[in-house]
Amino acid sequence: MTLWLAIPVSLLLVGGSIFALLAALGVLRLPDVYTRMHAASKAGAVGSGLLLLATGLGSQDPAILVRAAAGFVFFVLTAPVSAHLLARAAHLARVPLDPASVRDDYRSGQTDTLSK
Amino acid sequence: MTRLLVLLVFTLIWAAVTGSFAPLNLGFGLVLSALALFLIRENVQPSRIAVRPLGVLALTLLFFKELALSAFKVAVLVSRPKMDLKPGIFAFPLRVDRDFEITLLANLITLTPGTLSVDVSDDRRFLYVHALDCADPQATIRDIADGFEAKILEAFR
Repeated sequence: MTLWLAIPVSLLLVGGSIFALLAALGVLRLPDVYTRMHAASKAGAVGSGLLLLATGLGSQDPAILVRAAAGFVFFVLTAPVSAHLLARAAHLARVPLDPASVRDDYRSGQTDTLSK
Repeated sequence: MTRLLVLLVFTLIWAAVTGSFAPLNLGFGLVLSALALFLIRENVQPSRIAVRPLGVLALTLLFFKELALSAFKVAVLVSRPKMDLKPGIFAFPLRVDRDFEITLLANLITLTPGTLSVDVSDDRRFLYVHALDCADPQATIRDIADGFEAKILEAFR
């Protein structure tokens, strides 16, 4: 691997790892399940995206790069859906929002959703 | 005709993901794609969706910009010693009304700074969005309506 490939690959690896670490830190530090989903869906998706890109570039093999890109696309497609479903399930199970929360427009509309 | 195109695209994606464009693998991909499409045949009705390539490109660019900003914002937030949060759930009035547009908008909202879609109201007029900073929901609503929602309307209408 030449230096000019090694530098961006290492930067991507370090960047991806930092985002993954911060996502984990966010899940640990944020106060309730809803705010935690923010960290898990965003920083997690970007972290793994950067790591996948680094893998694809580092391999110097177009077939692997394409697969890494496909992996990133699937991650971007599925991460928001799972975050949304977890948040929705939590709200339906009446998991309370953090006391610092300022409003909850969803609560009023929830009775119809529950009775289904 | 549209289905044939979808079938071909699926086959190409299969070949790309498995990393081999050999005839045998292409054939296998074709069979798998046909099987997958057969399984969901009731759910995908051929529809008249006008796709504007430039609009889709603008939407994609906006998405990557917002995704990067979003991840950065969350990263900065959680690495601060004292987290200043005013979380909350607000109702976002939807202008888009077709299923795939609502899905797309909900996914985009989840991957943008400080917002996470929780649910769609039963009458599909509101999207419930959880925000990390819900001090000024009107401003957030305006941002989404003028940003992603406007771009989606541009790209698919």
